[in-house]
Amino acid sequence: MGARDAVIVGIGWSDYPVVPELDAMDHHVLALRRALADCGLDKSAIDGYACAGTAIQLDDAATMAEYLRINHRWVDGTSVGGSSFEFHVQHAAAAIEAGLCDVVLVTYGSDLLSRMGRRLGTSTFSAGSGRVRGPSQFESPWGNVLAGSYAMAARRHMHEYGTTPEQLAEIAVGVREFAGLNPLAQYRDPITVDDVLNSRLIADPLHKLDCCVISDGGGAFIMTTSERARDLDQPPVYVLGAAGAETHWNISQMPDFTTTAAAQCGPEAFRRAGVRPEDVDTIQIYDSFTITVLLLLEDMGFCQKGEGGRFVETGVLRRGGRQPMNTDGGGLSACHPGMRGIFLINEAVRQLRGDGGEAQVPGCEVAVACGSGGFLSCISTVVLGKEGRS
Amino acid sequence: MTIEALRETLSARALPAPDNAALHYWQSAADGKLVLQRCVDCGEFQFYPRALCAACAGETEWVDASGRGTLYTFTVIRQNRSEAFVRLSPYAVGIVELEEGVRMMSNIVECELDRLEVGMALEVLLLKAADDVGLPFWRPASG
Repeated sequence: MGARDAVIVGIGWSDYPVVPELDAMDHHVLALRRALADCGLDKSAIDGYACAGTAIQLDDAATMAEYLRINHRWVDGTSVGGSSFEFHVQHAAAAIEAGLCDVVLVTYGSDLLSRMGRRLGTSTFSAGSGRVRGPSQFESPWGNVLAGSYAMAARRHMHEYGTTPEQLAEIAVGVREFAGLNPLAQYRDPITVDDVLNSRLIADPLHKLDCCVISDGGGAFIMTTSERARDLDQPPVYVLGAAGAETHWNISQMPDFTTTAAAQCGPEAFRRAGVRPEDVDTIQIYDSFTITVLLLLEDMGFCQKGEGGRFVETGVLRRGGRQPMNTDGGGLSACHPGMRGIFLINEAVRQLRGDGGEAQVPGCEVAVACGSGGFLSCISTVVLGKEGRS
Repeated sequence: MTIEALRETLSARALPAPDNAALHYWQSAADGKLVLQRCVDCGEFQFYPRALCAACAGETEWVDASGRGTLYTFTVIRQNRSEAFVRLSPYAVGIVELEEGVRMMSNIVECELDRLEVGMALEVLLLKAADDVGLPFWRPASG
């Protein structure tokens, strides 16, 4: 352990899941204020900033740094979809440990649901706006949708490994159980495997309840050095190891539809952290679709490739299981404003602090946050600990 | 869906604005020929067309494709809120593995949706969507 070990000290959420009175900037700001209040830092202490801007929300890092008036010495505009915030943790930890900056703020805000409705997962990008430029022109003529990309991964996994719709459904059922414990979750009523299978098909073989919700929401977290954290209001959560990787962006370029970049960055993050998957007490994983969870679990090494279906059926990820997953109700049930990765970090920190309330994982000392951005494209794995590296 | 019905959908689709590297690909398809890039240095085929060989950064040349392949994976789109595709639903989107080893997304046509199967043999069907753009659809291989 060293004085400049990177830690997460402040976390904040804006309001979710349906907040028509807030726009994207309001979400950024509300989350920022709550993260500062959480740890007792003044805004003036911030000298590093990361933001995953999108063309949908017009919140690129440079614009946001101006709006929030952050005089940064270090900035990161990495925007690779929902996993951007896990990449930010990796980059910010390196910057803090190298002395490039001392206090990094990461913010996210989205009014996706209230402003754009539920189109994101079931529309063809760029359709209706004229000719399509760039590599997505090799997909746009065919009327694929976001859900369809994940459906094709699920189909291939079923073909190669015999994974069943029932096994995928089990993931949605387990996450919903935790959503029942989160008063803010978008959907809270318990569901069964049959409920998932009886919900309508969106893109075969994925049903409606295999797909995440679409919400409004925002989040923020603050990172600093372990030394600086001593004066703050919350116990620090240590970044034990982080790594990211990309196999493709557009789904048709995915080299193997059953293997994500988590097969590369998962083991790398664990190696840096000096822990093994079986040492993890809670898994916060990107559940844009049930198949996303299955692939990331396998690729990170929680089970063998192809064994994901049987692994989730053991109940290990459920409430009371050995490695409870998505303890806030996940994107499948609680909140998904377009890029959910920041919620994975915040929930992991909440659990490691022991602030999980009814959803608290007993004896939680090591947590993993694994984000997936794009179309199973850009993956980042972050291993967090209650104690620093020994 | 018949070819005639399919033709009527072409202009409503989100068509490409070809960049330099893809001009010849889309134009050839409009002229009834499917072509692929192959690296003159390392010999690797690639899709989509690029300004370099993505494997070795070498130069590429155009080669006629066989027009045969197999279905690597697929989905049936039941819901697409984009106007151009609302009336087509449900329809099959698939990833086709060409004989040359590259993969491309397309629609699988002239096939009942419940007869789609991973691994099935396919052949290309080129339809002209605009003067400079032909679209390669794929259908079950004949014979």
